[in-house]
Amino acid sequence: MTDAWVVVAAVGAVTVVFKAAGPVFLGRRALPRRAQSVVELLAPVMLTALVTTQTFGGEREVVVDARVPGVAAAALAVVLWRRLPIIAAMALAAAVTALARLAG
Amino acid sequence: MSSDAGPSPRIRDGVRAALPLAPGPFVFGLSFGVLAEAAGMGAAAAVVMSATTFAGSAQFAAASILETGGTAAAAIVAAVLLNARYVALSVTVASIVPGRRLQRLAASQLIVDESWALAGRRGRFEWPILAGAGLLLYAAWVGSTALGTLIGGALSDPGAIGLDAAFAALFLALLFPYVRTRRALVAAALAAAITLALTPFVPPGASLVAASAACLLGLRR
Repeated sequence: MTDAWVVVAAVGAVTVVFKAAGPVFLGRRALPRRAQSVVELLAPVMLTALVTTQTFGGEREVVVDARVPGVAAAALAVVLWRRLPIIAAMALAAAVTALARLAG
Repeated sequence: MSSDAGPSPRIRDGVRAALPLAPGPFVFGLSFGVLAEAAGMGAAAAVVMSATTFAGSAQFAAASILETGGTAAAAIVAAVLLNARYVALSVTVASIVPGRRLQRLAASQLIVDESWALAGRRGRFEWPILAGAGLLLYAAWVGSTALGTLIGGALSDPGAIGLDAAFAALFLALLFPYVRTRRALVAAALAAAITLALTPFVPPGASLVAASAACLLGLRR
């Protein structure tokens, strides 16, 4: 099995169990409050780590390149216009980065 | 299911409620197909992942880690941690999912952020809304992933068109609604710091997994 299929199988299986946790396994019991707070922080924490590696990640080094102005432009647009569609933020980042690469 | 007459909603009300939202997941699914193809996952694996995992951010995380040369283990851990919040969503709708155990197992797979949010919009959770919205979003997600892999296969150099920055922007836009509290903001900043500090020393993807420790800030009262 290739890496991709291993990932697809493992993530799929675990996600099925996560989604069924309430209706099938836990019933009406609630999560303990502190567990709930930890789980709630997982999404922002992982998304931040992803933004960081996708923007500055290189082969075992931190790289500042054409991705940075692209992501910065998207960040500014998202902050200024909260209802900006995600695809518009993506297109803006791609366009600015592609231009920076042409210029550099 | 709600077969009783009157004001209780039907599955098709859920489908209708999700229609205005469908273009979002559709375009999102297209871009997942493009990234998965660029990451060398292969079209079949991408479509199977959309059909079984059905959770955008985790799928993007896994594909982008594989794309940047991370290990399968790092991709799995990152995606699983991102999806852990589904345990919390799932618990909130535990009492409304109908049927026997196996039916509930299948039905609960229709829980995604959007269907969950729509199902609770009247102050209590309504199963037909969740089911209808979930079904429409599922079809949009899996179908658009398949289309996206065709487009991704036709792209010769994703880097030249700034696709890498586009995915950073995607995660950023997904992140934004989560950092409304001070605690979330501090945890996010800590995660960024851990990721940057570890990047020179560990394989791609491993720094992401280490950054997840920042969520332990949730243990503080």
